[in-house]
Amino acid sequence: MYDWIVDHKLSLGIWLKALVDFLNVHAQAVFDFISVVLSATVDGLTQALQMVPPLGLIGAFAAAAYWLHRSLALSLFIVLSLLLVVNLGYWDATMETLSLVLWSTLTCVLIGVPVGIAAAHRPVFYAAIRPILDLMQTIPTFVYLIPTLVLFGLGTVPGIISTVIFALPAPIRLTQLGIASVPTSLREAALAYGATRTQMLFKVELPHALPTILAGVTQCIMLSLSMVVIAALVGADGLGKPVVRALNTVNIAMGFEAGLSIVVLAIILDRVCKRPAPRVRKATR
Amino acid sequence: MTVAPLNAFDLDAATPLVAADRTENAVELRNVDIVFGRNIAKALALSDRGEGREHIREQVGALMGTFKVNLDIRRGEICVLMGLSGSGKSTVLRAINGLNRVARGSVLVHHRGQPVDVTTCRSATLRDIRLNTVSMVFQQFGLLPWRSVRDNVGFGLELRGVGGPERARIVDEKLAMVGLSGWADKTVQELSGGMQQRVGLARAFATDADILLMDEPFSALDPLIRDKLQDDLLDLQRKLHKTIVFVSHDLSEALKIGNRIAIMEGGHVVQFGTAADILLRPANDYVAEFVKHMNPLDVLTAEAVMRPAHDLPVEGDMLLLHGSSGLRLTLDAAGRPAAAEVEGRPVALATDGGEADGLVVVRSDLPLKTVIALRDRARHPLVFVDETGRFAGLCDHGEIYRALLRKNA
Repeated sequence: MYDWIVDHKLSLGIWLKALVDFLNVHAQAVFDFISVVLSATVDGLTQALQMVPPLGLIGAFAAAAYWLHRSLALSLFIVLSLLLVVNLGYWDATMETLSLVLWSTLTCVLIGVPVGIAAAHRPVFYAAIRPILDLMQTIPTFVYLIPTLVLFGLGTVPGIISTVIFALPAPIRLTQLGIASVPTSLREAALAYGATRTQMLFKVELPHALPTILAGVTQCIMLSLSMVVIAALVGADGLGKPVVRALNTVNIAMGFEAGLSIVVLAIILDRVCKRPAPRVRKATR
Repeated sequence: MTVAPLNAFDLDAATPLVAADRTENAVELRNVDIVFGRNIAKALALSDRGEGREHIREQVGALMGTFKVNLDIRRGEICVLMGLSGSGKSTVLRAINGLNRVARGSVLVHHRGQPVDVTTCRSATLRDIRLNTVSMVFQQFGLLPWRSVRDNVGFGLELRGVGGPERARIVDEKLAMVGLSGWADKTVQELSGGMQQRVGLARAFATDADILLMDEPFSALDPLIRDKLQDDLLDLQRKLHKTIVFVSHDLSEALKIGNRIAIMEGGHVVQFGTAADILLRPANDYVAEFVKHMNPLDVLTAEAVMRPAHDLPVEGDMLLLHGSSGLRLTLDAAGRPAAAEVEGRPVALATDGGEADGLVVVRSDLPLKTVIALRDRARHPLVFVDETGRFAGLCDHGEIYRALLRKNA
């Protein structure tokens, strides 16, 4: 029995390889197109960020954070920590990483929010995609790094694709949660006053789900940042590269400094993307 | 014991709550069966064989919400659907604007000049009814917590596509109507429960719908606020003459605000009538048990307890009001009380209840409490006239006692 099982190995891996090869041969144009567009957008944003003098950009970030959150402490933290990054010499790499994270997050939101809405409205659809979402989050990253490398070639693009695959489940799940948890009483109130499906979505469901969706976006940013080093393995630019190089050369100093820059970026993005404090303060009764 | 001042109270109570046109129905329910769950056809078949709710649930797993409900709700009246939880009262209410699907029967809503069956109409028509004809107030308010008071009140208008200055004008007007003018720019979470429900009322009034559905609107509020909002609703209704379908599990609330009350039990309407009908002529033991502890003083009117005019013996051109004292009444050509006498001696007619020696003539829609106070001070039985001043009936101690003992039937 055991021998029979061993002798008749299922060619799962072979089949998947055949699929990738098939795609590589017959859909090369599609993947080349995606590759060109993605690398152009990511590189474009990187170059735009790098064109501005670092000190000017730091000032702009601090001002934007103040406008959003009205917190001097946050702005001060942004200025000091980014000056530290400049001082350590990782400014350009930080901008490359920021560009990568912003684009992959944007991609995740553009795909994840509509999918999450559809999943909230159709429980059967959600039940169908749940195992896929679990798979996307649990399968070791290196495993899908290989086919993306084959399909998209070395560079930023396989990095961003792998990042999207890893980070996408978060906005989908949280959008679904936010919309599915709209209280029946609110839905019925809107229905009783004659809301159409579109009005229901934009006037009731999305506003109610907004805090949850924003939490999903923040999570998505953090997951993207956590992929920076792995993306660097397939040639994506950014703070991952010095980390990989430090690992290969056992360079403790370089690894620590590049890692610190990633942490700084993570903290800033997390604080800035947190839901702004409500404008109206709760009255004391 | 002091007697309460009567005059202000009397005028207030005498204002009719029902609009003049009583012939037209705003909402008609015809044999409405509502079933929750699956196997609807089987459940209906069982209910046709006369099976009860429990039996049907055990047999096919479907829950009968209502059984063959028939209701005619008149334009301009407050109809209260009254019953314990699970009696099907909210189920019936929510069928009127199509929130609940009706398995069988029809629900006619008077919309744009003609009756429309909401169970079969197109979805565009149903939406038009919800936008323009029927609005709703919810037990848990159903306000959008991220919006300001103003934007909540304007919600229905926004859905209808009314915008800009017109919406702002209507919203301000309705906020003033419910007494929340200074609160327009607060968020609803800053308001107390009672104020939130005022926002709910303003939202319902803002679409200018003729029919208002109210699903236990005041049940979540504490008793004092509830009482105040009931009074405010009655005040508004005197001005606006909406058709209001009001769900309540509180009998005193139902008797206070309802022109007519439908008592529901287990998905059936067991009695539909005025407060006096229900208190004095309960349709079955269930209703009788339900109303057993109600205080009839505030609920009943003289009309419900008096001895009607046609029951009184006629002697020539006079009516004999009281045999032993020989009290007789003469009516004029229009049927109005003209003169009275006791054993041939004339007695003055006192219309304001002030002259205790005369024969007191008052409107027949006075509450029983006032009638008792009047009779206590008066020497003779009370004479009642209808709104046109015509003689309607007579009330003496005996009628009052029988009303209190619920033996009028």
